[in-house]
Amino acid sequence: MSKLPKPDELLKDLDLHKTPEKHWMDIAPEFKPGKFCYAVEPQVMEDLGRPHLGKWQPYDEKWPLPDDWKERILKGIRDRMERFRSFKLFMDICVRCGACADKCHYFLGSGDPKNMPVLRAELIRSIIKGEFSFFGKLFGRMAGARPLTEEVLKEWFYYFYQCTECRRCSVFCPYGIDTAEVTIIMRDLLHELGIATDWAMKPVRFSHFIGNHIGLQPHTIKENIEFLLGDIAEITGLNIEVPINKKGAEILFVTPSADFFADPGIYTFMGYVLLFHHIGLDYTISTYASEGGNFGFFNAVELAKKLHAKIYEEARRLKVKWILGGECGHMWRVWHQYHNTWFGPFNYMDIPRSPITGTVFEHAKDNKIVHICEFTADLIAHGKLKFDPSRNDHVIVTFHDSCNTSRGMGIFEEPRFILKNVCNNFVEMPENTIREKTFCCGSGSGLNADEYMEMRMRGGFPRANAVQYVNQKYGVNTMACICAIDRAVLPTLMKYWVPGVEIAGVHELVGNALIMEGEKERTTDLRYRPLKGMEEEV
Amino acid sequence: MNLVFSILMLIILILIPVIGVGALGLNSLFAIFIPYLGFALFFFGLIYRMIDWARSPQPFKIPTTCGQQKSLSWIKRSRLESPATTWEVYLRMFFEVFLFRSLFRNLRADFDGKRLIYGSAKWLWLGAILFHVSFLIILIRHLRFFVYPVPGVITTIDFVDSFFQLGLPPIYLTDALILAGLGFLLLRRLIDAKVNYLSYASDYFPLLLIITIAATGILMRLYIKPDLYAIKQLAYGLATFNPVMPEGKLSLLFYIHLFLVSSLAAYFPFSKLVHMVGVFFSPTRNMANDNRMKRHVNPWDYPVKYTTYCDWQEKFRDVMEEAGIPIDDEWCKETQKQA
Repeated sequence: MSKLPKPDELLKDLDLHKTPEKHWMDIAPEFKPGKFCYAVEPQVMEDLGRPHLGKWQPYDEKWPLPDDWKERILKGIRDRMERFRSFKLFMDICVRCGACADKCHYFLGSGDPKNMPVLRAELIRSIIKGEFSFFGKLFGRMAGARPLTEEVLKEWFYYFYQCTECRRCSVFCPYGIDTAEVTIIMRDLLHELGIATDWAMKPVRFSHFIGNHIGLQPHTIKENIEFLLGDIAEITGLNIEVPINKKGAEILFVTPSADFFADPGIYTFMGYVLLFHHIGLDYTISTYASEGGNFGFFNAVELAKKLHAKIYEEARRLKVKWILGGECGHMWRVWHQYHNTWFGPFNYMDIPRSPITGTVFEHAKDNKIVHICEFTADLIAHGKLKFDPSRNDHVIVTFHDSCNTSRGMGIFEEPRFILKNVCNNFVEMPENTIREKTFCCGSGSGLNADEYMEMRMRGGFPRANAVQYVNQKYGVNTMACICAIDRAVLPTLMKYWVPGVEIAGVHELVGNALIMEGEKERTTDLRYRPLKGMEEEV
Repeated sequence: MNLVFSILMLIILILIPVIGVGALGLNSLFAIFIPYLGFALFFFGLIYRMIDWARSPQPFKIPTTCGQQKSLSWIKRSRLESPATTWEVYLRMFFEVFLFRSLFRNLRADFDGKRLIYGSAKWLWLGAILFHVSFLIILIRHLRFFVYPVPGVITTIDFVDSFFQLGLPPIYLTDALILAGLGFLLLRRLIDAKVNYLSYASDYFPLLLIITIAATGILMRLYIKPDLYAIKQLAYGLATFNPVMPEGKLSLLFYIHLFLVSSLAAYFPFSKLVHMVGVFFSPTRNMANDNRMKRHVNPWDYPVKYTTYCDWQEKFRDVMEEAGIPIDDEWCKETQKQA
């Protein structure tokens, strides 16, 4: 791992208005430590039955490309133009107005013009013009065309792994050109040659063969949950059970596996199970479908489908009525935008209906998946939950909309409604940095690798900067979010840019505030931090 | 360099009718054949592009949701930014296409010391609106050359457009506005370092071409007045597919204007200008956010091999039994039977 520069040094030479002397086509990417992810280990690809380049690293001068690499890539492009209208169209209609230019968090944090979404797309657009278009070949660079070379391939790898598929640019584009879509397709294209990153592919292998990213085996998941239940018993005095692989349960609960084992996701998990216990929900967790997150989505469409097929087989096997999903970003984007297409119709399940309030979730009537924030907001609106928000008085909280749930799903109000009910101190960040204009954590889409730390801190800078503002102005010390990758990477980002701000899931704060039958007086929150006024008891 | 190249291309385009008509006297080629050719390319080119896009399926439903989804009944949703019905999609598209709603949202990001700040940036929106709306009105105004009798709508637009009597004959408001819009867009490309860096000749060229077309049109109206009767004769003949060379004389300036318009038409479908029809096809904008409500079908979807429950259970049977996690052999028998 490279040495990460200090925050002050990182942005020292950053000027959003300076452009390079050279034409962008003449600038080759430099694989400096901290700015790229390591290449995938060949064994990983072999296990999954996918092509690979053998042992190599991006910084190698000569990549071990197969002889026919060019034909394969060109065929791959043609293929994808035929299969994806989005891709074909987005290549054709950009007018390079530049409205997207300063919308990308990587551009704002690096100043690298190739991180302007318009130029990021030109990296492939130029090849389509140069290789397939008559005028492109005739006028070359004047028309924005260039031929396909090995340098181009390196550039693709470099920059399409400098996009977190956050879609912020797509909000501002007058034609809705979505760089995330371009990135998804470009990574898929690189997979034709087996070019991929290790950090994103190992979780795919684990998920495929074992069931979740980190490779937790069924008994380990159970042990982890039992450990968390022990903490719950200590904090609340309640002995709770979590049903595992329970046949005939009404609801299958799926959440990203990070909630089972990783700090601070585990506190969110404790919040879920406290809530479920409190309302007496008939649910189950599955050790087979133990992952909601889908790193396949960051690699190739086919891989994404492969990984999530389990969830539906499990729903069918356990004979549940519908599926409830935990707090996660891209898991929800994949569920919301892809599942129905991949796996539907789901006749073996019922239209989701809250067993507590009777609310029918009409908007999820076809794919039978309800977001936990939708579920909880409905419970609160029906007065089914009692809270003591003062149990969250030690936190001044702001909310981070994750890119995927906001721009790929449209969930804005539900989590805010919950937060305002469970916390007394809720503050919004500046309006141009939240809701559909929210900034990415900088590490999404499989870029949360340690070797990538400098880019992560640069990419997360706009987010951190907005947090810093409310931290200084209102004393915000906690940022709530509904995404497991956020929970994994934002603590690191905060430590770097805004020390003193912690990251919490929304349901962690629900778990803190929930007044439950039979509980003892709580003196700490779910993290064993003393509640306000209880400092001496602890 | 890009700009110089574009200017050169434009000069060549202007020289073609100058030589063709002025020196070689190929009047009917430039008055009749080339306009027909240009508009045929425009028309069939656009249809070709649309069919080409439509031929590729949109495999997934990927609307960009810029507002609250439709979920619980008591949560106010954004019909425009997260449309859930076809009608709402039409509304969203209407605001996109006619009012450039997404562009209206534009922000400028900059550093204020170590702090990132975001300011409103509506100049691009304004320039784009000025240009596009003026262009549309000018096009409609031009219909008065092509139809007889001239419908009231067109006369009214003409009247309103020239309402501000600035000199004689009255200058059209839209003529001034389109030049203002285009001038802004061109200057922006030249002055804004970021936009300048990402601009190609193919970005300057259409701007220059349209500016020149507007300029030649204004010149004809204000200074070098052509024989209007002759133009109407020609235009009417072209529009009714009964082309005739008019009796009066068509000026060289008019030939230049007409040739540039024909070139623009021909260039249109094969350049970035196709965004005019492409915008209607944009899946992030023209799809409803009813993903969980209604199933979307991908025609090339195929089944994938995944780790089935039974394969998985076999692998972990021992540890599961030891941990007291239920084993389900019944399901495996059932699925085996089905297979």
